[in-house]
Amino acid sequence: MLLPQPGKIYRFYRNGFKSMTVGKTLWKIIFIKLFIMFAVLKVFFFPDFLQTNFSTDQQRADHVIEQLTGSAHLN
Amino acid sequence: MGEIDLATVNWARAQFILTAMYHWLFVPITLGLSFLCAFFESIYVRTGKEEWKHLTKFWMTLFGINFAIGVATGIIMEFEFGTNWSSYSWMVGDIFGAPLAIEGIFAFFLEATFFAVMFFGWERTSKGFHLFSTWMVAIGSNLSALWILVANGWMQYPVGMAFNPTSARFEMQNFWEVLFSPVAMAKFTHTTSSSFVVGSLFVITVSSYYLLKGRHVEMAKKSIIVASVFGLIGSVFAAFTGDESAYANGHFQPMKMAAYEGLYEGSKGADLVAMGILTSGKKVGDGQPPFAFEVSIPKGLSLLAKRDFGAFVPGIKDLVYGNEAEGIMSVGDKMAKGKVAIADLALIQKAKKDGDEQAKTAAIERFKVNQDYLGFGYLDTPEEAVPPVASTYYSFHVMVYLGTFFLLLTLLFLYYSYKDTLAEKKWLLVLGFCSFFLALTASELGWVVAEVGRQPWAIQDLLPVKMATTQIAAGHVQASFAIFFVLFAVLLLAEIKIMLKQIKIGPEGV
Repeated sequence: MLLPQPGKIYRFYRNGFKSMTVGKTLWKIIFIKLFIMFAVLKVFFFPDFLQTNFSTDQQRADHVIEQLTGSAHLN
Repeated sequence: MGEIDLATVNWARAQFILTAMYHWLFVPITLGLSFLCAFFESIYVRTGKEEWKHLTKFWMTLFGINFAIGVATGIIMEFEFGTNWSSYSWMVGDIFGAPLAIEGIFAFFLEATFFAVMFFGWERTSKGFHLFSTWMVAIGSNLSALWILVANGWMQYPVGMAFNPTSARFEMQNFWEVLFSPVAMAKFTHTTSSSFVVGSLFVITVSSYYLLKGRHVEMAKKSIIVASVFGLIGSVFAAFTGDESAYANGHFQPMKMAAYEGLYEGSKGADLVAMGILTSGKKVGDGQPPFAFEVSIPKGLSLLAKRDFGAFVPGIKDLVYGNEAEGIMSVGDKMAKGKVAIADLALIQKAKKDGDEQAKTAAIERFKVNQDYLGFGYLDTPEEAVPPVASTYYSFHVMVYLGTFFLLLTLLFLYYSYKDTLAEKKWLLVLGFCSFFLALTASELGWVVAEVGRQPWAIQDLLPVKMATTQIAAGHVQASFAIFFVLFAVLLLAEIKIMLKQIKIGPEGV
């Protein structure tokens, strides 16, 4: 039975990772994928539009309301 | 603001479709196969037979490969929300915050914690605790799906909220109403039960391959029995929950139902189209017959939509142009009310900027009168409220045919397993080999019905998709679309390669 002691838990994970076979390849894929997602895609292609362009929630709300009430929708 | 750039809207749409459909290649396998692993291991713990342990470890390895390639692909959709769908994200943030936070906690504590025990704990924990962990992974994965589907269900049937016109946010008023909305519940039960079928057919496909090749025969036969029982139960359950989804559509999204049934003219005792070919180029109100050919079940649609053979089911024409006798307001009238709501929203904003509290309060009161029609104010024509009929209709019908086929297929696999002649039925094994690919197709088509069928809405009746997007350059979205396409193709090839290698090695390699 796994006991919630830090040393045991550490050894459990360490031995588990050491004895992996196909899992090692999978972890490599996961890390490469996460790197591409968070260090490349998120940073260069997916800025949070409202967070980046406005500094307060009030400004963000005003922007969205302006989008919703623009003159093109009032005809 | 200027005119909406439809190129940006459509590229943002295309990117979301690509991401969601790619993500959904992995999710149903995880939801179904996790339970199958729990069943296999339960048999091992109960019988103590090592062959069941080897079998469990083999399927668990394939489960792990699928999980590893699929994990975090859903996060990309959250990136897209912030960049391409910023108005929408802002407006729904208060509603989606709670379900998605709970999903994150479930995913982390239930899946991540017990996932490690499931893979690392075979020789390091007791049999009972290991089995408990496997069950927790299965239950945790499916509960994670609940919260995502609750969020999606809210978009289809927005309840338990109030729109705040000064902050442009939908604010949660009743969490339980959001969680237990009939649309969300129908969506969760139908999605999970159909995913059980996908997981079962994954096992049947791989096992059929082994039987066709004459390899790992005993393991394949054992796997097929368990997967067929689970697949059969899942198929029956999916049929009932599908009926429940249709009933919910009949009440809350009648336009979607009319689209997936190709129903243009509503009637009492409406027929259900069992099969048919739509008239090419048919438009609402053009007088053409909706079908070039059809086979219908008399009064079937009224029963499906209202649980009453004689009930009126509205068609697309009724919903667009109105039907006074049935109390259905036309889209044109709703558009007029929606435009008044938009004008009041603008007055609220002006009064807020001017610091005129009295004018603001008066405008808010006026806005409340028409707020339920807000989204209609953004439509250019009444016909814009009609979703793409052909893709919704054909997706729905092919999904239903495949679902029926899976039910029969799992029955046949069980019957020949019982007779112990399965290995001789090459034709059935070939069908079994193809079944997983058909199941994934059916699962994806289910989402096409759900999402294409609710167009033009991002939030039903309140926010059309074109108003939910960020007005950024279409080229920006095109570039990230291309990157995703390449990334997803590479990841998918990696999964297929690793998965095929592991299947080729078989249970001895785990």
